[in-house]
Amino acid sequence: MPEAAAVAVAAAPRLLEVEAITKRFGGLTALSEVSFSIGEGDIYGLIGPNGAGKTTLFNVLTGIYRQDEGGIRFRGSALRNATPDRIAKLGIARTFQNIRLFANLSALENVMIGRHVRTRATVIGAVLRDAATRAEERAIEQRARELLEYVGIASRANILAKHLAYGDQRRLEIARALATDPKLLALDEPAAGMNATEKVELRGLLERIRSDGTTILLIEHDVKLVMGLCDRVLVLDYGRRIAEGLPRAIQKDPAVIAAYLGTPRDAGPRAGTLPGESGK
Amino acid sequence: MNALISLKQRPHAKWIGIVLIAGSLLALPFVLASVGTAWVRITNLAILYILLSLGLNIVVGFAGLLDLGYIAFYAVGAYVYALLASPHFGLHWPWWAILPIGAAVACLFGVLLGTPTLKLRGDYLAIVTLGFGEIIRIFLNNLSDPFNLTNGPNGITTIDPVRFFGIDFGTVSRVGALAFSSTIKYYYFLLAVLIVVIAVNLRLQDSRIGRAWEAIREDELAARAMGINTRNMKLLAFAMGASFGGVAGGMFSAIQAFISPESFILTESVMVLSMVVLGGMGNIWGVVLGAVLLSFVPEVLRYTVTPLQMKLFGRAIVDPEVLRMLLFGLAMVVMMIFRPAGLLPSAVRKRELAVPKNA
Repeated sequence: MPEAAAVAVAAAPRLLEVEAITKRFGGLTALSEVSFSIGEGDIYGLIGPNGAGKTTLFNVLTGIYRQDEGGIRFRGSALRNATPDRIAKLGIARTFQNIRLFANLSALENVMIGRHVRTRATVIGAVLRDAATRAEERAIEQRARELLEYVGIASRANILAKHLAYGDQRRLEIARALATDPKLLALDEPAAGMNATEKVELRGLLERIRSDGTTILLIEHDVKLVMGLCDRVLVLDYGRRIAEGLPRAIQKDPAVIAAYLGTPRDAGPRAGTLPGESGK
Repeated sequence: MNALISLKQRPHAKWIGIVLIAGSLLALPFVLASVGTAWVRITNLAILYILLSLGLNIVVGFAGLLDLGYIAFYAVGAYVYALLASPHFGLHWPWWAILPIGAAVACLFGVLLGTPTLKLRGDYLAIVTLGFGEIIRIFLNNLSDPFNLTNGPNGITTIDPVRFFGIDFGTVSRVGALAFSSTIKYYYFLLAVLIVVIAVNLRLQDSRIGRAWEAIREDELAARAMGINTRNMKLLAFAMGASFGGVAGGMFSAIQAFISPESFILTESVMVLSMVVLGGMGNIWGVVLGAVLLSFVPEVLRYTVTPLQMKLFGRAIVDPEVLRMLLFGLAMVVMMIFRPAGLLPSAVRKRELAVPKNA
């Protein structure tokens, strides 16, 4: 990317701004003054060795944890003490590292539940089944079927979530998250456990989601995927931001290489993959 | 499922079925009365239990919140009716005003119980709700001094019967050759309430609200992340369940004409929960079946065990009450082994409790 274009991206209106977030669990500082911002339409990568604080950061962003210090601004307004359901309503939807579908409900029902936040039927509407409620129910089901089609599992709409193949469960989680009409889709290791073909398909899906106007925040261990897909990358280690920038620059960053492989004086490499080893 | 599909293809069969069921439900009290008037009364109590089970099913079956103090809402509804339609305070309000008030007050108590327990699940929630049920009962027992609100353990007597367009449900009315006793009239009244409650439950289950409850039961954190306000939805489940309990309580007051705290003991909560679990949590028809079985079987035993023993041995060796508990225990063990998800489990519950084949 030419330097001028990079500057233009940095000056564009920011969708999400994270300012010096700190999160402690007892004596452990899981996140230490982490700052970054995501522009509208970006695919933003979040990488780091195991235990670096990536999922903690996700949980803070989606309101499951509350940060001890620092602030988050989403679409220009501060998220103060916002609960997960409020954040979903504002437009951040997420998937989980350890898939958390509604396992005993069908794929279609899972996505229909995702529509909850954008629909309004009350108890009275549900009991009386007036015309508006019936129309809304039809719209919910239609939208859910469209989304299953969109992620490519329409033929498995009536299969229970827990009986779906692993890769399909990951897709279903994405469809369920998309059902909430998010502005920012936060994906926690969507490619984990996928084979090479599935990863290629996933990449196509994520690019399509972006081109359809949804910004993506992506935690991923598959470095090839991150480097090929992301516009910018943030690297965490021990809860600190050690690098942030374009993927190409990240790959060469000495701090990042040290975090993944250890400095020469360290006893041995830590878990994780060297960003440069893209073919692995 | 197949039966449903074939019914849809033959609408006539469906209407014939509905007419047959409606006809037998309408004729039922007269058939039962010819066997013994006690059976109509037992049927009425069974319908009250069905109402209670359906209310509890919203909390336990739909939203997955274990409630061991459910009978407290029944008590609240019953006392609201008793206090507003008896000589105790000299108030004699009409039933159509009191039943909604009873539902509203019970609903308020549901929210009162729900609010502090929002973060609790499973065993912990069960203990708190159990305590709540006992607190209500102990209050009812003791709120007689210094201000006599509940008349303590003596309860409230001579509660007004329902009066409906000049028909007094407390006396016998005759239409031509048919004699409608008080119990038979209440049977029709209860049947009408039951049909409404079942319809409300069926529609709630298959709605945006019902799906939100299912999501909470399946995975509360994921439900929140999908934008479901779990706090409000759980409170709604408690409130809805409690309201149905309150309505059933009001009906109970009117039918019995006498209530005391003794009717609202923990065993009653356990009984209603057993009905829900036996029939199949989350399945409305299963819950109805569970309530019918657990209401009728003990009564059938009561009327058959002693005469049977008299005939066989010439004296009663086993008390029906003892036998009832024995069979109850046996039924529980058998159910645990053969149908852990209930007699008519909801599709979802069945899946939850099934042993995964590939695990």
